[in-house]
Amino acid sequence: MRPYPVILSLLCLGALALLIAPASLLAGPTAPPSEPMTFETEEQEVRYQKLIRELRCTVCQNQNLIESNAPLANDLRRQISLMIVDGTETQEIVDYMVARYGDFVLFRPPMNATTYLLWFGPIAMLVIGLSALGMVLYRRRSQVGTGDLSEEEQERLRRLLGEGGGGKA
Amino acid sequence: MKLRFLIPLFAFFALVGVLWIGLSLDPRVLPSPLVGKEAPDFDLPQLRDPDTRLGRDDMLGKPALFNVWASWCVTCRHEHPMLAELSKNGVPVYGLNYKDTRSDALRFLARYGDPYQAIAFDEAGMVGIDYGVYATPETFLIDRHGMIRFKHIGMITPEIIENRILPLYRQLEAES
Repeated sequence: MRPYPVILSLLCLGALALLIAPASLLAGPTAPPSEPMTFETEEQEVRYQKLIRELRCTVCQNQNLIESNAPLANDLRRQISLMIVDGTETQEIVDYMVARYGDFVLFRPPMNATTYLLWFGPIAMLVIGLSALGMVLYRRRSQVGTGDLSEEEQERLRRLLGEGGGGKA
Repeated sequence: MKLRFLIPLFAFFALVGVLWIGLSLDPRVLPSPLVGKEAPDFDLPQLRDPDTRLGRDDMLGKPALFNVWASWCVTCRHEHPMLAELSKNGVPVYGLNYKDTRSDALRFLARYGDPYQAIAFDEAGMVGIDYGVYATPETFLIDRHGMIRFKHIGMITPEIIENRILPLYRQLEAES
């Protein structure tokens, strides 16, 4: 029989596999790139894992501490693990980082006067866009009117249709 | 009514303006939460003499520059003559040798000169963390009471010395 459908479907499967493969690879690193930290309790480990995902590496700015191999990220991971073993509260550790590196270390920016635009800007844009759309639609409907033609327009329409229907003239 | 057609044009220019400003910003320069706060205390061995300690309070009494550097930092090498210039102008310059080895750092100073009053040797980088250091060189201007009054991330240029550091230094000198 014709082999084409088989080849085609194989190619499609291959393409699909290529699309899916990187996604599964990117599913998320589960351990820091170096020096595994040891904790006394599971709870400490969980807090550590959560913190290094939420804090940014200030050297390599679009990575969090778990992803980064920068020496500073390594130091900060060690510092966080030491503080956790010492029994420091999560919020205290976050405050410690913010006191040194500023709000920028937080991947989830806090809500304050300088970040209102960041938090509410997109919603404001959406509201502006929707109201502009609403206004345009409303105005268009009032312009279109009822759809009934006046006597004069009916006459013109008949004439145009008559010309068009009149053959190949 | 005709002007309505210009709205997209204005919107376009507004967008260009915003993007233009965005392009001129340097994302590496972060506002430091430390400016206006007290400089963190530390106690480290000195670079030149491991038996002597250097602490924050050793820098006080007179406004001083606190410069974070390392021998592996190429920008620090370019910046080095600026520090000598400041030192010549009577500004006390202290150093924090950050995540370096003693031998490399001493070789660096032997080759490029040593403008520092004293240098703290922060091998583990823990004092660096206290000072929020993330990109060497970083330079702090600390007033006589230990308050951080100015911070610069990256290389100090002649313009920064002329326009920012020296005027502020003179002002801090005049303050009691």
